Amino acid sequence: METMLFYFFAFVAVATALLVITRRNPIHSALWLVLCFFSLAAVYVLLSAHFIAIIQIMVYVGAIMVLVLFVIMLLNLSEKELGDAKPTVLKFCGVILSGIFMVLLADGVKVLAPQAAVSVDEKFGTAEMLGRLLFTDYLLPFEIASLLLLTAMIGAVVLAKKRR
Amino acid sequence: MVPLSHFLILSAALFIAGTIGVLTRRNALIVFMSIELMLNGVALSFLAFSRFLGSLDGHVFVFMVITVAAAEAAVGLAIIIAIFRLKGTINIDEINLMKG
Amino acid sequence: MQFAIQWLVDKFSFLSPISILLLISLMFIVGTVVLLLAMLYEGLGTYALRKIGGDIQVRIGPNRVGPVGLLQFLADGVKLFLKEDIVPTVVDKKLFILAPFITFAASCAAFVALSYSDRLVISNLNIGLFYLLAISSLVVIGVIMAGWASNSKWSLLGGMRAAAQIVSYEIPIGLSLLSVILITQSLNMGEIIRSQSGGWGILNWHIFHNPFVFISFFIYFTAALAEVNQTPFDLPETESELVAGYFTEYSGMRFGFFFMAEWGEIFIVSAIAVTLFLGGWQLPIINNLDIHIYLKNLLQLGVFLGKTFLLIYLMLWIRWTLPRLRVDQIMYMCWKVLLPFAFFNIIGTGLWLLIFKGKGIPELVIQLFS
Repeated sequence: METMLFYFFAFVAVATALLVITRRNPIHSALWLVLCFFSLAAVYVLLSAHFIAIIQIMVYVGAIMVLVLFVIMLLNLSEKELGDAKPTVLKFCGVILSGIFMVLLADGVKVLAPQAAVSVDEKFGTAEMLGRLLFTDYLLPFEIASLLLLTAMIGAVVLAKKRR
Repeated sequence: MVPLSHFLILSAALFIAGTIGVLTRRNALIVFMSIELMLNGVALSFLAFSRFLGSLDGHVFVFMVITVAAAEAAVGLAIIIAIFRLKGTINIDEINLMKG
Repeated sequence: MQFAIQWLVDKFSFLSPISILLLISLMFIVGTVVLLLAMLYEGLGTYALRKIGGDIQVRIGPNRVGPVGLLQFLADGVKLFLKEDIVPTVVDKKLFILAPFITFAASCAAFVALSYSDRLVISNLNIGLFYLLAISSLVVIGVIMAGWASNSKWSLLGGMRAAAQIVSYEIPIGLSLLSVILITQSLNMGEIIRSQSGGWGILNWHIFHNPFVFISFFIYFTAALAEVNQTPFDLPETESELVAGYFTEYSGMRFGFFFMAEWGEIFIVSAIAVTLFLGGWQLPIINNLDIHIYLKNLLQLGVFLGKTFLLIYLMLWIRWTLPRLRVDQIMYMCWKVLLPFAFFNIIGTGLWLLIFKGKGIPELVIQLFS
């Protein structure tokens, strides 16, 4: 059952990822990306990362993608301004090189010795365990992350404000 | 349980899809979304390793990745709006000057 | 529910295609039942909305179909089903058709995590509250889709307003709920409710735990009103300026799905408030009753629904009483009033728990006199 679910969601994730980068209309891209994030969240649940899966939906789908959709609607681009010209040689090279990169990565993965998963207890990946780790071993990074968010907030306000 | 390598290949596939998007698309918003795809691909491999090693440290990394993605979204979209106001386009080929 | 599925899987694991078929048919049956219940609730909700509105505005309200107009919702439902399903030619067809279903599905998915009584829990998630917050933020995706796909000015404006408003008001909602989480130290809905039981009856509810949580409840309720687009925060669907906002172009059953999604969301936010602040399915009298466990659970379900409907009634009351705010006033309200107070409450609750070692006001008062 679990295996089947994994392959199903993996297929959905890859298919929607490809749709994201091939759709002409950014709104369609964004909505496919939402579906992609969803299936990824499902894969995270299969990895018993429940908290991260919920965070993924909450932050990516509930905040980031809504923001992206909002900006797309705000700009309301006309057909001309979409700005994707015909495929060129350079783009073709990009696709080819990326394909080679993919083959290399897959080859690297193949070298890995097959490893059985460690059995983990029920609490693995819950908010409690992750919080314990965040507030002990990773306290400094956690605080720096909060500073980063503050900076980003101020930066966004300053950037998007109309100049007088 | 699905073997580790399958998770990693899925992660690589997402990362490559993001790379292709960044390399081939000229719409700044779609480039932005492709970067999000790449970030997610990396996050997936963190989680997979974390699960197969039985330690939660990978989850902390993903937590940070998501935080950075949120910050990036706020600033990145603000920049896109500012550029659109200035130039009337978000085609990244036409945005090639440091000064407006 | 979980047990039933598990039992089915165990029982039929040797014929996997059949078990899958069974699972799917079970899903269909449960889905249909849920859909019918949702329709009944939505219909009665609409009836209540109109009756209360009539009462407040000193008129009679619907009174033609059935006794005191009670069957009005059936007539409305039949009307919605029979209406012509119009898809305008200039819309983005796929998104236009998909949008109502996404909104409806998102609002339905939230019902899974609620704790309706001591035993009646559909899915006992250890991060239940978090799941609810995440899922209810999905509704806005469908709303934005509808606003964009309709290809009309009213819809686009409505969709943009919805996006801005819902994303903004999620922050005070999350923060005001955090002060309760500080007390319970759990995100599981059942555990949150059980932590509000005890000898002092109503006073054990979290809303009376300390003054900061008391304020938090009102912050939550205000922000929740905005989250579900109720007057005075119904900017995304204002009848008088945007026709109907993001669902201007929708008709027939597609419109009905938006409507049901809205009622579902109203129920969810009220149920969250009941669970976190008002003791969930607990009522002091029922807690001490010595009766059969099923009967007790049934009573608890009744108490839970009763409290939730009371809150919904309060929402409708506000809806018929207050005038609508302006867009900038709504944003001001969120970022400069609710948000600072929510932060203040978190810090205050944290300090309170530190100073009084996790004890609430009732316990402290008792200690003082003993």
